[in-house]
Amino acid sequence: MSQEAEGQKVDARKRKFLIAATSAVGGVAVAGVAVPLVMSMMPSARAKAAGAPVEVDISKIEPGMLLTVEWRGKPVWIVNRTPEMLELLAKHDDQLADANSEMPQQPDYCKNATRSIKPEYLVAVGICTHLGCSPTYRKDVGAADLGADWPGGFFCPCHGSRFDLAARVYKGVPAPTNLVVPPHQYLSDAKLLIGVDAQGA
Amino acid sequence: MSAMQKLMGWVDDRFPLTATYKAHLSEYYAPKNFNFWYFFGSLALLVLVIQIVTGIFLTMNYKPDAELAFLSVEYIMRDVEWGWLVRYMHSTGASMFFVVVYLHMFRGLMYGSYRKPRELIWIFGVLIYLALMAEAFLGYLLPWGQMSFWGAQVIVNLFAAVPFIGEDLSIWIRGDYVISDATLNRFFAFHVIALPLVLIALVAVHLVALHEVGSNNPDGVEIKKKKDANGIPLDGIPFHPYYTVKDIVGVIVFLMVFSAILFFAPEMGGYFLEAANFVPADPLKTPEHIAPLWYFTPFYAILRAVPPMFGSQFPGVVAMGLSIVLLFFLPWLDRSKVKSIRYRGPIYKIALALFIVSFVGLGYLGLLPATPIATLFAQVFSVIYFLFFLLMPWYTSIDKTKPEPERVTG
Repeated sequence: MSQEAEGQKVDARKRKFLIAATSAVGGVAVAGVAVPLVMSMMPSARAKAAGAPVEVDISKIEPGMLLTVEWRGKPVWIVNRTPEMLELLAKHDDQLADANSEMPQQPDYCKNATRSIKPEYLVAVGICTHLGCSPTYRKDVGAADLGADWPGGFFCPCHGSRFDLAARVYKGVPAPTNLVVPPHQYLSDAKLLIGVDAQGA
Repeated sequence: MSAMQKLMGWVDDRFPLTATYKAHLSEYYAPKNFNFWYFFGSLALLVLVIQIVTGIFLTMNYKPDAELAFLSVEYIMRDVEWGWLVRYMHSTGASMFFVVVYLHMFRGLMYGSYRKPRELIWIFGVLIYLALMAEAFLGYLLPWGQMSFWGAQVIVNLFAAVPFIGEDLSIWIRGDYVISDATLNRFFAFHVIALPLVLIALVAVHLVALHEVGSNNPDGVEIKKKKDANGIPLDGIPFHPYYTVKDIVGVIVFLMVFSAILFFAPEMGGYFLEAANFVPADPLKTPEHIAPLWYFTPFYAILRAVPPMFGSQFPGVVAMGLSIVLLFFLPWLDRSKVKSIRYRGPIYKIALALFIVSFVGLGYLGLLPATPIATLFAQVFSVIYFLFFLLMPWYTSIDKTKPEPERVTG
């Protein structure tokens, strides 16, 4: 018994419309339910709170030495650069990919030759801009494995990226950009606050 | 009618048990000329079972917590009765899974098993391979050793290289700004429930598609073209008992190799379990030399072979992704008149040989530190890898093939 026989002609257009409308509403519902599930994978309130600024006493860092502190779970280096180190900094600009810090890898107040507020103190996130390894501090000038013209800097053991003592990346290494200089400010001569700009950003 | 027959009849009226058994085992006709290379499909299934069973028992003692994870693995190794065996079975199984799957895929390349009408079998297979890589990567974070941590750091940072959304994407994957407890916990969830479900579903559709069109064979000719009066392929034999018995021989040899590794070299000289992973994860210190596990190194070498462009390392990530995506297109890239390497001309044989050399070469280079000379070799091998696929429509169509036989050749 066909439906026409009962005088109920199938309205294919209406049926198509109803199927499409039902599917659309169902689709919206699925997307709606997916949102909280997807968002639950974002950093939790606790993880965000752990990103609070860190206060560091820098008075105990001997000249030439490096102190690693943790900020947002990442290593942040503070290097007390000696005058000799600072002198060598300007001598290899031609070997660097971004000697003048054109890429936005630092706050504006660190876009200078030493990439720092105070010339002697370098503050940088010790995470390679290639794939996130933590480079090794190699201050030994002319180290045997890094070449006679090595002026001291950072060497990433994972993929061989090189950075100088202003955390600027060399040309021809896997890392594309300079290391990140985090927002920071000096509370006093001995107290450094990492994570907040002086402007209160 | 015996009680057993009665019971089967009762079940069959309610569930197609006998019909399913016949369709997939006793009356599934497979070509009679399967050779050595046809062991690896059933072996892959065996390893999947090993991984699931040992995995269940590992979760009984493992703790997915950044504070406890490393110690709970040591606890399994030292204090849990037979825990060391269960854990080594799981870690050895992971590597052996890839050994078996790579040989299984190579079989497909040799005999043209991806060609029409088996395109979907191949595509499901590549999806299984992808799911397997994800599963292995997620699982490797769980022991929370140095290599777990930094390996995950490197791989998750690959997503950060995606333009515009990369940074947010990587934070979403980690659930934190760095690899942390949140990351470990979700990787555990994906590793023990989400991906195993996906894997099992994919294996099921892989087999359903295979049994729909029937197996290929070393001659690459369709046995369904020549059938007897009963509609049974002349060159086909029932999977059970003929191939179940054959596969048991393969299983025994495989388990001998598996046990030898398990009992005498579970770390396999640092290739199955890396030395740096016996040190707890330290977010502030990268190990001296980072290399992924051996089964990822070919792709890792491709990643490193591509230099950064436009201040971004995204091109390398794209090349690595593309090297796997290309596999999906294989059924349509191959224009040869024949399927099996037995009847192909010299060009394809050389191309396949170069491809295998490149793949193994990339795998070796991926284990080494990236020196300039290693990078140069990796670049050459990467180019060959890609040309194998990209030039395939051309070289397979001009290749001098031999005529395929009417029937399989024994």
